[in-house]
Amino acid sequence: MPDTRVRRAVALTTGLVVLAAALAGAALLSLAVGSQHVPFGTVLEALVHPDDSVRDSLIVTEVRIPRTLIGLLAGFALGLAGAIIQAVTRNPLADPGILGVNAGAGLFVVIGISVFGVTSLTGYVWFGFAGAALAAVVVYTIGSMGRGGATPVKLAIAGTALTAALLSFTTAVLVTDVQTYDQFRFWQVGSLAGRGMDIAKQGTPFLIVGVVIALASARLLNALALGDDVATSLGQNVGVARLVAAAAVVVLCGTATAMAGPLVFVGLVVPHVARIITGPDHRWLLPYAMLLAPLLLLLADVLGRVIAQPGEVQVGVLTAIIGAPVFVALARRRRLAEL
Amino acid sequence: MSVVAATRRHESRRARTVTIGLAVALVALFALSLSYGSFQVSLPDVVRSLLGQPTPPQVDYIVQTLRLPRALVGVLAGIAFGLAGAIFQQLLRNPLASPDVIGVTSGATTAAVLSIVVFSTSGPVLSLVALGGALITALLIYLFAWRGGSVGGYRFVLVGIGIGAAMAGLTSFLLTRADVRAAQEALIWLAGSLNGRTWDNVVPLAIASLILVPGAVLLGRPLTGLQLGDDVARGLGLHVERGRLLLLIVGVCLAGTATAAAGPISYIAFMSGPIAARMVGGGRPVLLPAGLVGAVIVLAGDFIGSHLLGPAQFPVGVVTGVIGAPYLLWLLATANRTGRGG
Repeated sequence: MPDTRVRRAVALTTGLVVLAAALAGAALLSLAVGSQHVPFGTVLEALVHPDDSVRDSLIVTEVRIPRTLIGLLAGFALGLAGAIIQAVTRNPLADPGILGVNAGAGLFVVIGISVFGVTSLTGYVWFGFAGAALAAVVVYTIGSMGRGGATPVKLAIAGTALTAALLSFTTAVLVTDVQTYDQFRFWQVGSLAGRGMDIAKQGTPFLIVGVVIALASARLLNALALGDDVATSLGQNVGVARLVAAAAVVVLCGTATAMAGPLVFVGLVVPHVARIITGPDHRWLLPYAMLLAPLLLLLADVLGRVIAQPGEVQVGVLTAIIGAPVFVALARRRRLAEL
Repeated sequence: MSVVAATRRHESRRARTVTIGLAVALVALFALSLSYGSFQVSLPDVVRSLLGQPTPPQVDYIVQTLRLPRALVGVLAGIAFGLAGAIFQQLLRNPLASPDVIGVTSGATTAAVLSIVVFSTSGPVLSLVALGGALITALLIYLFAWRGGSVGGYRFVLVGIGIGAAMAGLTSFLLTRADVRAAQEALIWLAGSLNGRTWDNVVPLAIASLILVPGAVLLGRPLTGLQLGDDVARGLGLHVERGRLLLLIVGVCLAGTATAAAGPISYIAFMSGPIAARMVGGGRPVLLPAGLVGAVIVLAGDFIGSHLLGPAQFPVGVVTGVIGAPYLLWLLATANRTGRGG
């Protein structure tokens, strides 16, 4: 049926274009909306000819552009990481937040700030990587022990357990150090606000590496999703495939978490939505997840600026509240491991 | 038959010995925490002060106003957490299903932080608010996990984890809304701390314990039936869902009031049951020993955190977290190896 396959490819490509356009719209919205509303005309003007003497233009260039960029970058990373983690663990409940990866990155970032006095993102992104990698390895090792391998339930519980454990250590550092705590509590909630352009710039190279590895691993993920035995018989080296995928997750989650703080449930919800559109083929699933996640993040961020004026609700809170019902709905399904 | 009877007698004797041993250890720790500190009070003086007999100057103030409320909150909260954890773990037949893992304490925490940060409440009102938070969260978990006539052990745990994550998000949001000093105070409370407890914290907890602890022990009798599985329990004539619901409510109330008084001290609920079960042996339900184990851990953890770790005072929850975390991971690993735990 080459005809239907071509038609499907055309439809999915069109979908991607539409999604990219929607993302551009969301980015524009994120540049315009806030406690100080900036008209779209002024936004475009500020993008093309930044003029520091005009207040609206200054707001756009100094505040909104970094914030929107970080939303885009963190969204790319979390969407991809979520899709990969769900494919590798063959677990519909997998999410960097639930599996403790964010908490690992969090603890190491706190240690970086407090013990080693690291202040720049390029400094503590490495701590974020180390923490994310360590947490991922521990959770996966413990979760896959025993009968049945890494079942969704075991992984989710191991992740929650490790998160609680890491949080105690994080608290132990924080209660003795007010200054670090003051920095940390705004990072911890998961927010796109108050991050400068330098953070977006420093994060970008890491993200590019992560995105390239992730998109290149689509075929490996398709094979892994069939189960280890089938993947091996298809000529895949399962161990290498897992390692590549894990490296992508660690780089993506570590960078996103270091930039925006722990954002729970984005990586959980988005791949499911993408899977509804594309079906199980990761060559389509990954790009869709990569575009849907920043769309969700930016819209949630804009919503957070509007609903509690004059204050703001951080995007991490909104994604947790949006994501929890989805997680609960997934947990209620009769067959959990249907990936 | 005589072998069975002998084993039963042996088991119940062992359970009694363990309970008495734990009670003795608890009394010793209680005495230690009243007498030891930057100002040493000798044990006879402690006893004299408690009995209202004349004592050297300052001793009454130190013992009765500073140390006694703190120690009492420790004991009562420890018992409450231990009982709550054991109830949840045994009802859901899952060592990981304690209220601190599945989000019930997160609900109490969110409600309490809300009332600390926004309405600056304390004392009995705070207890009620935290209790309400725990009950609402538990109700949500129960409703969402309900499907086809039961809550299902693992569905309950997973739904709880999801709702707990949402509650944790709300809590961190509330913290960013507060002044940094209020927020750090809340952080210490969040870690679980006995610092600066007064009689205001003791009274609501004591009243709740007087009602809930006997209730838990009485309702806990049919636990052995429920442990065999829903079908067997039904066959034995137990009202499975009603019994489970009542006990769960008692467990939630215990966890909620203890959280209000001492903060969500990590892992007490989670550790106490399995430790008590291992001490008693024989695979029988161990509510009372679990409560005593909880109290012993809280008092010991508080003593370590405030006296043995150098000049900084660590909240008891940090100490128990650092002890409990490796234990939790070890339990996960071994439970998985034998094919239990999922």
